Amino acid sequence: MDWINAIVQGVLLGGLYALFAAGLSLIFGVMRLVNIAHGDFIVLAAFLALSTTTALGINPLLTLVVVVPVMAGIGYVLQRGILNQTLGDDILPPLLVTFGLSVIIQNGLLEIYSADPQKMNAGSIEIASVALPGGLNVGVLPLVMFAVSVAVIAGLQWIFYQSALGRAFRAVSDKQDIAQLMGLNKAHVFGLAMALSLAVVAVAGVFLGIRTSFDPSIGPGRLIFGFEAVIIGGLGNLWGTLIGGIILGVSQNIGAQINPGWQLLAGHIAFLIVLAVKPRGLFPRID
Amino acid sequence: MSDPLLSTRALDAHYGDFQALFAVDVSIEAGEVIAIIGANGAGKTTLMRSITGLLPNGNDMVRFRSKPIGASRADQIAKLGVAMVPEGRQLFQSLSVEENLVIGGQMNRKGPWDLHKVFQLFPVLKERRAVPATALSGGQQQMVAIGRALMSNPELILFDEISLGLAPIIIKSIYEALPDIIGEGMSAIIVEQDIAKALSVAGRVYCMQEGRISLEGRSNELSREQISAAYFGV
Repeated sequence: MDWINAIVQGVLLGGLYALFAAGLSLIFGVMRLVNIAHGDFIVLAAFLALSTTTALGINPLLTLVVVVPVMAGIGYVLQRGILNQTLGDDILPPLLVTFGLSVIIQNGLLEIYSADPQKMNAGSIEIASVALPGGLNVGVLPLVMFAVSVAVIAGLQWIFYQSALGRAFRAVSDKQDIAQLMGLNKAHVFGLAMALSLAVVAVAGVFLGIRTSFDPSIGPGRLIFGFEAVIIGGLGNLWGTLIGGIILGVSQNIGAQINPGWQLLAGHIAFLIVLAVKPRGLFPRID
Repeated sequence: MSDPLLSTRALDAHYGDFQALFAVDVSIEAGEVIAIIGANGAGKTTLMRSITGLLPNGNDMVRFRSKPIGASRADQIAKLGVAMVPEGRQLFQSLSVEENLVIGGQMNRKGPWDLHKVFQLFPVLKERRAVPATALSGGQQQMVAIGRALMSNPELILFDEISLGLAPIIIKSIYEALPDIIGEGMSAIIVEQDIAKALSVAGRVYCMQEGRISLEGRSNELSREQISAAYFGV
């Protein structure tokens, strides 16, 4: 029973990891940019939510209404103002610049919020649970978060493959020059992609801040989870990313079940196994 | 004479330190079809890239409707009504046939061309609308590339080497369709290595050699000797 519980909790955790990963995957897919600061943006979103909930006295879940648009705005401005200047044939400049951003965000947060761990309290929903057959109890909050994660992935999938915006993303990703000939301003399209990525990051950050305690230094760790979920699932496949997140979450929880010290190790081992057996991930996009 | 639809004036284009075009003067009137011929490396494609804004130049070097556009971005120039069928077709591989066409029309410029009309012109594309664009044969891909450019209802359409890499029978059918395509009051610049094909549809022709215009004249007034001298530089 403990094992089944570990797996179920792992699946639910995997939804959060998929959220970490989805934004990462999106911008890599559209503009081949690896955002080293991705994890720090997740933490930034969590702190923004913390400030919002303190200032307005609202439930942290409601801060999504504020944090998502603010992060999207930051993403657009960041892309147009800085990151677009770094994109080119060389992949090193964007790596270095986002690495620098990571340092700046971490230290900025440290300066403002100190190194103390923080946690947001979502009230009674945090301790509510539903009973599943077989004597399992699953928290309502993790369930809601998982459902939202799946919905976000589905929404991204829809945007990417059904909407005009997604068509523009794919066209610019395929051939930047030719996409410009279609009247698409790639600087703007990239800005929108980063805005969408950070909007997803905002959801991930708020959930992270409710689920666990956080401090300014945990960003890079979240980035690793995101990377691992993306690569396990296969680059460019959002549903694959969700499954990658779930595999990572389940592995971590099974590891923790064997020995509490093995939680992270088990996740990394699962990642290495997938990388060794299927270097392109489990469900790579068919090109 | 009224102002031309598009003109280049003393256009110099560079790739880094390498100068690819030298003082190129080309102009096209509204409704006119011109051809630009020349050997490989003569600068034809560079000229197309300069006109469409993929290669930025001095602002005054290219004018569209008397407005300087030499330094404008490609998407801004596209919105003015300049479309290109690029060399090698350059379809978006992640998009279906229909999506490739729709994205060509995403600027919502008014005009006769829409999805329905493109499918009328190339019925085979309607049958294969849902497949990835790169799953088509070369000739069908060229139809998509042409349709994609038409979807923006351009005033000026550039055809860059549309016969390259296609079977002669396909080239023939595409050239037979061209008058219909251009017949809607559009202007067109046709870039070709195949001189006979170019002369058959264009009223005027420019010949390029080593980044310069080596000959200019009406298609029916130029002799073969003049053209081959300008083409090969002998």
